[in-house]
Amino acid sequence: MGRDEVESDEALIERLQRGAFGYISRYTNPTNGLVADTSRAGSPCSVAVVGFALSCYIVAVERGWLSRSAAAKQVLATLRFFWNSTQDTAADATGYKGFYYHFLDMETGRRVWNCELSLIDSSLLLAGVLTVGRYFDRRSEEAEIRALADALYRRVDWHWAQNDSPALSQGWHPELGFMHYGWEGYNEALILYVLGLGSPTLPLSSSSFATWTLTYQWERLLGQDVLYSGPLFTHLFSHAWIDFRGIRDAFMREKQSDYCENTRRTVAVQREYCERNPRQAVGYGRDIWGLSAGDGPTGDGARQFAKDPSHFGYMARGAPFGPDDGTLCPWAMLATLPFTPTAALSGTRRLLATFPQVCSEDRFASGFNPTVGADGGGWVSEGWYGLDQGLLVITIENARSGLIWSLLRDSPEVCRGLKRAGFKGGWLTS
Amino acid sequence: MKQSRGRSKTCSPASHGRSGKRARRRRTAGNRLTYDFAIVGAGPAGLAAAELATQLGARVALLERHRLGGTSLNSGSVPSKALIRSATLFAGIREVMRLQGSGQSEPVADLRRVVARLREIEERIGSYHSLERLKRMGVDVYFDAARFVGPRCVETSATRLVFDKALVATGARPAPANIPGLAEGSYVTSESVFELAKLPQHLAVVGGGPLGCELAQAFCRLGSRVTILQDEAKFLPREERDAAQILAQSMARDGVTIYLNTKVVGARIEKDSLVLETENYDMKRQVAADHVLVSVGRIPNVDALGLEAAGISFDPTHGIAVDEFLRTTNPHVYAAGDVCMPHKYTHVAESTAHIAVRNSLRRARLRHTDLTIPWCTFCAPEVAHVGLQVWEARARSIPIKTFTVMMQDVDRAITDRQDVGFVKLHVAEGDDRILGATIVASRASEMINEICVAMSTGIGLRALAEVIHTYPSQSAAIRLAAMSLDEPSQRAT
Repeated sequence: MGRDEVESDEALIERLQRGAFGYISRYTNPTNGLVADTSRAGSPCSVAVVGFALSCYIVAVERGWLSRSAAAKQVLATLRFFWNSTQDTAADATGYKGFYYHFLDMETGRRVWNCELSLIDSSLLLAGVLTVGRYFDRRSEEAEIRALADALYRRVDWHWAQNDSPALSQGWHPELGFMHYGWEGYNEALILYVLGLGSPTLPLSSSSFATWTLTYQWERLLGQDVLYSGPLFTHLFSHAWIDFRGIRDAFMREKQSDYCENTRRTVAVQREYCERNPRQAVGYGRDIWGLSAGDGPTGDGARQFAKDPSHFGYMARGAPFGPDDGTLCPWAMLATLPFTPTAALSGTRRLLATFPQVCSEDRFASGFNPTVGADGGGWVSEGWYGLDQGLLVITIENARSGLIWSLLRDSPEVCRGLKRAGFKGGWLTS
Repeated sequence: MKQSRGRSKTCSPASHGRSGKRARRRRTAGNRLTYDFAIVGAGPAGLAAAELATQLGARVALLERHRLGGTSLNSGSVPSKALIRSATLFAGIREVMRLQGSGQSEPVADLRRVVARLREIEERIGSYHSLERLKRMGVDVYFDAARFVGPRCVETSATRLVFDKALVATGARPAPANIPGLAEGSYVTSESVFELAKLPQHLAVVGGGPLGCELAQAFCRLGSRVTILQDEAKFLPREERDAAQILAQSMARDGVTIYLNTKVVGARIEKDSLVLETENYDMKRQVAADHVLVSVGRIPNVDALGLEAAGISFDPTHGIAVDEFLRTTNPHVYAAGDVCMPHKYTHVAESTAHIAVRNSLRRARLRHTDLTIPWCTFCAPEVAHVGLQVWEARARSIPIKTFTVMMQDVDRAITDRQDVGFVKLHVAEGDDRILGATIVASRASEMINEICVAMSTGIGLRALAEVIHTYPSQSAAIRLAAMSLDEPSQRAT
């Protein structure tokens, strides 16, 4: 394309979606389907990224980037690995009770870093598992995918994970048991509860979702009536798979909103916050926003440049309550494409025009901080993070075709989970 | 306060005015005395009760085993706020140095001078409740340990008092550490920390509740290196997530090293240091400090009071059991303040003391459950709350909506460079009745009182929005939040 030609929205989206998918194909171990958490050398696998990757293969098939048979082969390798992986209390097992450790060795698939058995990361993996179970519907060669997807979901012991408590904790350690802190306030745990409630075998208690939502807070904030959660990703992860348009739980019925509309309002809060820019961060504006979980400069590294020495490294940042150290997630605006397409596109274009260094090989960095850096280039996170890329592939596809949403709208497990959580209306009724 | 602990030193008034009512005191055989109202404990609750009871005409005996004023005056609210004021001054000096680009080394406080200042402040505030003043009011003060020996009888080492009604107001004390290897006396508490001879080089604070956070930040600002260890996911577990997170960010900016979800599992002495062994699940860490401050809650003072003899039920954790009228299981005995209340604050102690006095002496039917109780953690920024938390309202199926204004949008907060925080007003959905509020701001402790007035008098958000506030003022945030009630929500992007 010539310099003076303006890339169409469709072309831009296609290019960035494919660029994001390039991460999945490049950083996957094809023998077991594990995907690296980041592009950095020695990175372990994050099971959540595998969940995104499974859904991305479907997008790749539909977009013609991957043959259906190649995708099925990769999906099958992944599901077989998880089905056959070690599930016990050993410190280096892959999982326990159907859940999986947050980080796994890319080759052996065993637990690394003594990390937690993560309920939310397992849920994101299982969302991908259910998605491929719906998509690969052909008789003979894809039957094993469906069988394994069903088996992987059915063996999860959500009841055990509840640990006789009213609501869920964030995870479990073989050495120390359940983590003693749970989920307070609205966040990305929505999909965890829906999948846990939808289980036909060992579900969460029906009251668990209501218990969690007691911690919700409905606020008039920067001109919006919104169910607040600071980091943008918390408004996008569950929504990558579940189509929340027009369906409402008890809380949203009371507030006459839904979780999709809530994401739109959160975007409005973020744009308003970045326009007001109370911390006077470089770059922030109505078209450059996106406070979320991502990499950022650390105190030591930033100190020599920064106006304020308080920089947090990798952190979940949020608006307007913070934390805010001038770091934005360059992928975040585009990830809102299904909800706020105009804002997502105008923001992404402005970002690429102003700070082109945040995108390399058509993939966005995890974080950037234009306030840091004496040369005007700012600080940019090294390499890429798998969660960001997987999320982009899926959300862009939902904006383009609604593919992932439509697949899980037909999922009996998801529908059952939503209904047990009290969701009604919209497509769920029909 | 100059009163020292004495053995049954009785300080009876030599003469007094309202002799008609006070003639009710009568001596009986031996050392036995009869009073209308016997108060055990001369902290904020006991002193407030003594003052009101004498105003109501009762003959009052006040028994105190240590010093007038209790924890609040001698080792609690008063000295800690004086310490925080000194710490704020040092933080201001650092800010000036930064603004001027000074290359000088950062100032470090002389703790002896800081403590001397706070002792002067204690003395000045304590003089209001001096022994002389109590005498003038007609209160008989006994400086001795007291214990109940019957349903209507309490004794000291030398005297037995018979009462018509009594009040237990013995307060609370810091809970012990219960950390293996950390013997009592090897660490300081929120009370004994003011006895340190010099500023710790490295202070490790165990516990991220209000007192732990206040003292951690204050010592950091005075010049100590401070590490705070909290075994929960956030500071101030009773406060909402956003408030706790903002406080954590502010403490980190001050330079406090923060370890959340971290349990102290052991301790040992090594050369000149106390080494704390900590666990954050699988992550083990050692924190070596020259002083350790343990602030893991407060436990009620119920020991050695002879409560069983008086038929007063209690347990060591929750203190004396009282009904909504503050009456104990002995119908002649009431309790007030920290010894029976979950909210262990000076203002709650005084308020409950007044209720107990009126209920016991005037047969009123005042309920402590009707109190509108604000509280504040005096960090920078301060975190104040009154009324219902959102989750409490939702648990009671009360539809609730929050109107929020960020301090970063308030002109006075910006001019003062104190723009971290927010005002959240919790309102019944579809109504303008204030159910609660949380304020995080540099002067939240003052601002919350405006909300208390509104809640106590039934002023709703619409009326509050009409109240002219000075400009510029931080409390204008409250009006801004109130004004947003009738503003239509903006169209989302």
